[in-house]
Amino acid sequence: MRAEPAASAPGGEASPRPVKAPLPTPVLNRKSGGRLLTDTRFWPTEVWKSPWSLPRYRAGAMWLAGIVLGIAAAGFAVGELAVWAEKLLALLGRTSLPPAVAAWVWVLIKLTCVIGVIVVNGLWAVWWERKISAHIQSRFGPMYAGGFHGWAQTILDSIKLLLKEDVTPAAADQPMHLLAPIMAIAPCVMAFAPVLFGDELAAAKLDVGVLYIFAFASISVIGIVMAGWASGNKYSLLGGLRAAAQIVSYELPRGFSVVPVIMFAGSLDLAVIDQAQAGYWLGFVPRWFVFYPVVGQLAFIFFLIASVAETNRTPFDIPEAESELVAGFHTEFSGIKWAMFFLMEYGYVLLSSFLLAVFFLGGGAAPLPFLDFIPSWIWMVSKAMLMMFVFLWFRWTFPRMRVDQLMDFNWKILLPWSFANIGFAGVLVYLHRSGWGPG
Amino acid sequence: MQSEELIVTEGGLEMDTMFVNMGPQHPSTHGVLRLGLTLAGEVITKAFPDIGYLHRGTEKLMETRSYHQCVVLTDRWDYCSAMTNNLAFCLSAERLFGTQVPPRAQALRVVMCELNRIASHLILLGTYGIDIGALTPFLYTFREREMILDLYEKCCGARLTYNYIRLGGVAADIDSGWVAKCREFLEFFKPRLDEYDTLLSFNPIFLARTKDIGIISKETAVAWGLSGPNLRGSGVSYDVRKSEPYCGYEQYDFEVPLGASGSCWDRYFCRVQEMRQSVRIVEQALAELPTGELMAKGVPKIPKPPAGEAYAHVEAPRGDLGIFLVSDGGAAPYRLHVRAPCFINLAILQEILVGKKVADVIAVLGSFDIVLGEVDR
Repeated sequence: MRAEPAASAPGGEASPRPVKAPLPTPVLNRKSGGRLLTDTRFWPTEVWKSPWSLPRYRAGAMWLAGIVLGIAAAGFAVGELAVWAEKLLALLGRTSLPPAVAAWVWVLIKLTCVIGVIVVNGLWAVWWERKISAHIQSRFGPMYAGGFHGWAQTILDSIKLLLKEDVTPAAADQPMHLLAPIMAIAPCVMAFAPVLFGDELAAAKLDVGVLYIFAFASISVIGIVMAGWASGNKYSLLGGLRAAAQIVSYELPRGFSVVPVIMFAGSLDLAVIDQAQAGYWLGFVPRWFVFYPVVGQLAFIFFLIASVAETNRTPFDIPEAESELVAGFHTEFSGIKWAMFFLMEYGYVLLSSFLLAVFFLGGGAAPLPFLDFIPSWIWMVSKAMLMMFVFLWFRWTFPRMRVDQLMDFNWKILLPWSFANIGFAGVLVYLHRSGWGPG
Repeated sequence: MQSEELIVTEGGLEMDTMFVNMGPQHPSTHGVLRLGLTLAGEVITKAFPDIGYLHRGTEKLMETRSYHQCVVLTDRWDYCSAMTNNLAFCLSAERLFGTQVPPRAQALRVVMCELNRIASHLILLGTYGIDIGALTPFLYTFREREMILDLYEKCCGARLTYNYIRLGGVAADIDSGWVAKCREFLEFFKPRLDEYDTLLSFNPIFLARTKDIGIISKETAVAWGLSGPNLRGSGVSYDVRKSEPYCGYEQYDFEVPLGASGSCWDRYFCRVQEMRQSVRIVEQALAELPTGELMAKGVPKIPKPPAGEAYAHVEAPRGDLGIFLVSDGGAAPYRLHVRAPCFINLAILQEILVGKKVADVIAVLGSFDIVLGEVDR
């Protein structure tokens, strides 16, 4: 209380009324000529009316077309990668290196290529997933890093991960905590050895390729259980145990759903399976295994579902259920260790995509006869990428199942039906041998 | 309260239980709720909700504030639906003063509160999807919610804590441009509701996760004092807007959607249907918007009501929000008590969580749509 009003109030001379402070000015948007922010903010009602009228939308479509055409042009320029590989091998043979050393150098080159594929796939898939999820969710996703649609985002992210502090919790089992990511990523790299990237284009030609891949792909679960156990965190432990149960269970239908494919092709060699799907019925229907009546489609769906479960992705992502277990087994991992788990996840998604392409979608075969001139590796990679898109699409559309529902689904539906499917395949093969069908 | 003990299963197996703290830092407890869970494997044998991490003592604080200043504090209870909080307090205080609110202000209150109900239920839809594992609906619902917040911002300048409904009326008027914008939103919003149904409500995985989970019978729901969609999900038809209409709700034609079995899905779907009804109410209110004053005449700057007490309750998005005011004739309330629906809805958790799986905890908790700001106040 100041004395001033009291002194002047009874005196008859009213002091002038204090000037009222002006109201604060509203937030204005300078870019739009000083209008209110609420007037300049887009509503979906305005944007959705005619997206093609937005210059950004048109530019994006043009970029997309350019990228697709560019990849096709690169394909023509490179031609058959397998031929290049043969030439490289021949070149290596002509050098003065002793043959044993030359063989090792050749293995090293192939190993580098495969690891390169996995790492580059990690970078690509994370960016792609972020873009796909963004567009599914009516967002843009990364837009700034690198200039065009945030293409450098994941490269910078991986640099960040390398530079991050590697935190090991005090309650953790130190050596196990260190070993877990290695145990998880190593089988993933090894499983890629016989994977076909085009007709005859693989790091190793194995007669038992299918078995080899399944055998190695199922070792990673040890790393996951180790991670859950070694973290010293109850949520991680639950996640690791769930992962073990889930992956071991889904191994079975995954393996059995491929048995019809092996019966049709008569081999476990991926190259033979790939070759068995070349050619066309009636001149235009590709002889892919997915087009074999009933059996093919069932096997394809079973394998797809089991693969989604194997890679711990939605709707089967209960081991890392974010809303329940707070990322599950990799909660306590940071920096490059965490990146290893991520690389493993995307590596397995890529592996499953390539397997789906080889087993069911004709591998390197063209979908229509007049497209045969496009090299096989382009077909293979585009089919794998299509399947990868399906994986990402699932993730951003479906809710998550519960752990017991997941097990019920596996043991009561997927496994019996994949058994039955083998029977159907037998009938189909028998009919074919006795001269039925278009051959 | 931590307890890890040996239990014997039906098959005669001895097994250790595990005590897990779910929260206060957990993505799915919707704030700072702590749930102490005792697990046998993945099954819950004991559960207790632990609250108070967000206690700010607003009820006590209000005893030193004037009635106008109290309205500001009400925004902070249930920050997802601040309009209804304002309204509940103002109704109670107006009852104390005996103020008559002009009809235009009444209609504006209804419009704002129903828009807020939509905005609040949209948060539940999105976050419940995330709880169940569907990440995409969240972005859709927040896109629509953003439009409502834009409308609020145009009208009263705030997007979360509005302080819009004041003692005796409302703070700001709307113009024809606002009404057109609001209609545009409603037209945009109606087909989106069908989209949510196809994307989430009737998704088989979502149904499997939420149907037959967390069932509350009619009797249990009434006995534990549930209210709002949580009560109506169990099939009890109780809505304050119908039973004790305020702000002229009796003029509007709307239904009270009821659930069938009281499961998580019923509680969830009740809210989806309520949004449709809210759209209807807003449309009707905008069509017959009366003209006239916004504020009642003669509300002083520092109101001093006669000594006495008053209770008023409204149908907040989360249930029956009641304010009990006691005045001793001073400028500040002598005592104020909030009947917070979230707080009362939360208590039933310890009963219905037992025997559920860990994943079900999230589904059940999410379906109650709690806001910890209101639980702890």
